[in-house]
Amino acid sequence: MSKTKVNTNGSPIKKPKKAISLERKKSRAGWLFILPFLIGLILIYIPMIVNSVNISFSDYRGFELHPVGWENYQVALMEDPDFVQVLRDGLLSMLLNIPAIVFLSLFLAILLNQKMVGRAAFRAILFVPVILSTGLIDSLDAANSTMLNYMGSNEGVDTGAVGESAANEIISAADISVLFSNMKVGTGLVTYITRLVNNIYNIVNDAGVQILIFLAGLQSISPAIYESCDIDGATAWETFWKVTFPMISPMILVNTVYTVIDSFTKADNSVMAFIVNYESRSRTVATAMAWVYFLIVALIVVVVAALIKTFVFYQRRD
Amino acid sequence: MNSAKNTPKVLKETKGKIQVDFDRTSKWTKFKIKYLSTRFLTQTIFKLFRTIILLGMCYIILNPFFSKIATSFMSPEDFMDVTVKYIPKHATLDTYKQLITENEYFRCVFNTGILSLACAFIQTFVCSLVGYGFAKYKFRGSGILFAMVMITLMVPPQTIEFSLFLMFNDFNPYGIFEMIGIAEESRRLLDTVWPFIILSLTGLGLKNGLYIFMMRQFYRGVPDELEESAYIDGSGPVKTFFKIILPISIPMMITIFLFSFSWQWTDNFYTQLFYTSNTSSHVLAYFAEVPNSMLKAIEDSGVDRVLYEQSVMHTCGLLIIAPLILIYLFCQRYLIQGIERSGITG
Repeated sequence: MSKTKVNTNGSPIKKPKKAISLERKKSRAGWLFILPFLIGLILIYIPMIVNSVNISFSDYRGFELHPVGWENYQVALMEDPDFVQVLRDGLLSMLLNIPAIVFLSLFLAILLNQKMVGRAAFRAILFVPVILSTGLIDSLDAANSTMLNYMGSNEGVDTGAVGESAANEIISAADISVLFSNMKVGTGLVTYITRLVNNIYNIVNDAGVQILIFLAGLQSISPAIYESCDIDGATAWETFWKVTFPMISPMILVNTVYTVIDSFTKADNSVMAFIVNYESRSRTVATAMAWVYFLIVALIVVVVAALIKTFVFYQRRD
Repeated sequence: MNSAKNTPKVLKETKGKIQVDFDRTSKWTKFKIKYLSTRFLTQTIFKLFRTIILLGMCYIILNPFFSKIATSFMSPEDFMDVTVKYIPKHATLDTYKQLITENEYFRCVFNTGILSLACAFIQTFVCSLVGYGFAKYKFRGSGILFAMVMITLMVPPQTIEFSLFLMFNDFNPYGIFEMIGIAEESRRLLDTVWPFIILSLTGLGLKNGLYIFMMRQFYRGVPDELEESAYIDGSGPVKTFFKIILPISIPMMITIFLFSFSWQWTDNFYTQLFYTSNTSSHVLAYFAEVPNSMLKAIEDSGVDRVLYEQSVMHTCGLLIIAPLILIYLFCQRYLIQGIERSGITG
């Protein structure tokens, strides 16, 4: 706070300093706080992105880059026999996994939020994948499960390899379809469920951060609301849909977006693996493929976020 | 109700002491009310169901670890034996011994530990700073800049892999360093810690977009009155941040720190990109390989090579995460507490 100097006759003297409005001051402080990121963005990130986009539009002749226009994109999308197929299959399987991951993590978070014996132990174990199942360990597992698939069998010693190898299947589609044959559900649903169950290891492994976020959201719901529901005689089912679900819906948005981003940028998903492999053939085409992939992912994130935003309920808007 | 029934029966009366007995509800009635109701039945079924689901999930997560641990103690003879599945008949510590000595385990752990600690400290601090800026200050362009944060999270690192490599092979953004006159040799930052430090300082490191996002959500939940009162008392924005805001955000920062540390520890993308070979760096990212002496032993013993190599790799994996598991055992409380107190809202 500036001290006001008082003149001999008692009236305050105004300093000839330029007055800065509070808004200007605040925006200056804001720039100051995000300065590290801003510097990184300008010095490192934008040149890198420009460089990468540039590579995708050029070709190596010796060590020199030559601009070739859309040729690399044409090769990626039109001429390469596998890329579009891999992209379609990869996107489809990930899109099918995402709702499973989000709902499983919501379900588990609700279970873990209840009071019970051994809650701390359950929580500690369920968050193990958050810490451990990343980067190196993931790539080790992925390398080994492809090795297993290549071998076709793993009799005898169980080395703890995971993944969708035939030998590790928990249930087979045949068993399930027998079970469901009388219930008049389509084969599409049956294969979907079979795939999910056999993929449960990956799904649980990918759900760690989401469970944490949901748990945080559940903790922030006031117990008073539940108490009044209980007094009014609402059943647990009604309470879930009328209270828990709306209150947790912002978290559903956050988690879905996070799940989309996380599963699309993971190094072990099929599209990323294909692109990384392709680099040995042609780096420029691989970069072009990566940008096509990024644009599709960005589009999916925007669409999914817009879809979920329609039912998100905010307790207080700020 | 008979009033006589409710009066206490005097059992024993001595001087100054009286022992009485009330007419109690019979044990059977109590039992009936408590346990033979539909409410109790549904609750028990639900609890049973819940326990089974959670135990199943725990099994799914822990099973690979158990089988990896079991195979890590197996000798080559066990791999030839068809009857061995989990419990080795010729248990041995040779795999561990050889990996620790020949792949220089402790040196790798030390180097990776220093690197992860440095990255985690810098990233936690920088991300809280940036997150605070985005949460509490609205200025022109802040929306676009925050969208850029999300984009750094969304662009797969593999997309910019080669550009990253080129950038730190000759670190010279916009030719600034060339103008100052720094020699080209000193601009090659690969095989040093500088790429990690620079990326962490500018909030572009591994998953830093997520940390910035989490910190922003946390600070949005902090009431503005806290800072306003600090401003009235005459402290500027920077001083307010360090004196008022940082201390209250410590639980959240511990969470971010744990994420950052452990993800940096198991990171192979950036580490293998910036450290071009194992001989120059000795980090855990290059730890997972079968030592030469073992390869020879495999050939001599005639064991299924693919299977045995796979188990050695898994043992490497176990050794890599062993320090993390120790840390996790002590710190998981803080991880969960930090997240719980954060009150993240979308």
